[in-house]
Amino acid sequence: MYALLALAAGVVIGLLVHPTVPEWLGPYLPIAVVAALDAVFGGLRARLDNIFDAKVFVVSFIANVLVAAFIVFLGDQLGVGAQLSTAVVVVLGIRIFGNAAAIRRHIFKA
Amino acid sequence: MPERSDDVRPASDPRSADGSTPVSTSGADGDTGRPRDGNQARRSGARKTALNRTVVAALCALLGFAVVLQVQRTASGDNLETARPDDLVQILDGLQRREDDLNAEIEDLQATLARLERSGASSAEALAEAQRQAEALGVLTGTVPAGGPGVTITITDPESRIPPEVMLDALQELRNAGAEAFQVGDVRIGVNSAFTFSSGAITLDRVPLTPPYTITAIGDPPTLAAALAIPGGVFDNVRRSGGTMDVAQSDKLVIDALREPQPPQYARPAP
Repeated sequence: MYALLALAAGVVIGLLVHPTVPEWLGPYLPIAVVAALDAVFGGLRARLDNIFDAKVFVVSFIANVLVAAFIVFLGDQLGVGAQLSTAVVVVLGIRIFGNAAAIRRHIFKA
Repeated sequence: MPERSDDVRPASDPRSADGSTPVSTSGADGDTGRPRDGNQARRSGARKTALNRTVVAALCALLGFAVVLQVQRTASGDNLETARPDDLVQILDGLQRREDDLNAEIEDLQATLARLERSGASSAEALAEAQRQAEALGVLTGTVPAGGPGVTITITDPESRIPPEVMLDALQELRNAGAEAFQVGDVRIGVNSAFTFSSGAITLDRVPLTPPYTITAIGDPPTLAAALAIPGGVFDNVRRSGGTMDVAQSDKLVIDALREPQPPQYARPAP
């Protein structure tokens, strides 16, 4: 619950502050957001399975974001940035769907 | 890619979480907050729980913040600065193709415009030409008033001996001299005018004329006057019939008697 509140607080802060994204962060931000979403869904699923571990969550969150950003960075350096971004988004999307399915089974028993 | 998935799976996969982390240290404790090992363990677990919650909350807040940031960035549409060179090249290519398309369209439309302007000008010309013809024909048939230089002829007939032929001769002579519009008395001369003689008076188009007869003709005044004065011409004929003829030249005459236009009853344009 507090995590949801924190998420909402982050959204509100973002809406209020109107921050500008530094240029070097531009290409990595969308991928990082998707990676973080994946981590959050995984955490939510673990929470519902009663095996939630904050340390695992934090580490996976940060690692997800960093690895995703690194892959995009590497892709940019190799000249396949767009394709690699797509690949990362696809894989993360599949994982998010899988976690969402598990969460759905927990909540709706279906 | 698969390696990475394996690495981060513990967060999402229950089996990995089970296997990799001891349940007793933080996971179950942190979640349920239920101590099993006495007072000290409970206090340390509570502190740990608070810290964990703070960190998780901070990360969630960061995620929300980042989501909003990215959404706003996307919505603002001003992401050319951060776009990759490949994408920029593609965008530029698309824009150039679009520019070419639009330029071709501009040329097409300009050609159409020029064509329409030409046809508009030519139809306006045709209209003006038709207007000129209508005016010329109107003067000829007597349906519009006419004005210009010309002569006014007054013929007196004290002995009532002037035959209609004299009037006809006068008219023919004037026509031959280039006169373009005539009025005799109050009657405009048209293409179907005729002088006749009935019950002792000259009639023109069934209108009886009474002396003195006045003929107004528009044309070159000296030429018309000279045409009437040739020996054996109209002037001599009038004098022989006992009348007098007076010719007044004028630079500005107006013929305002009109004829009703009569559509031909029998004649049709032949192909």
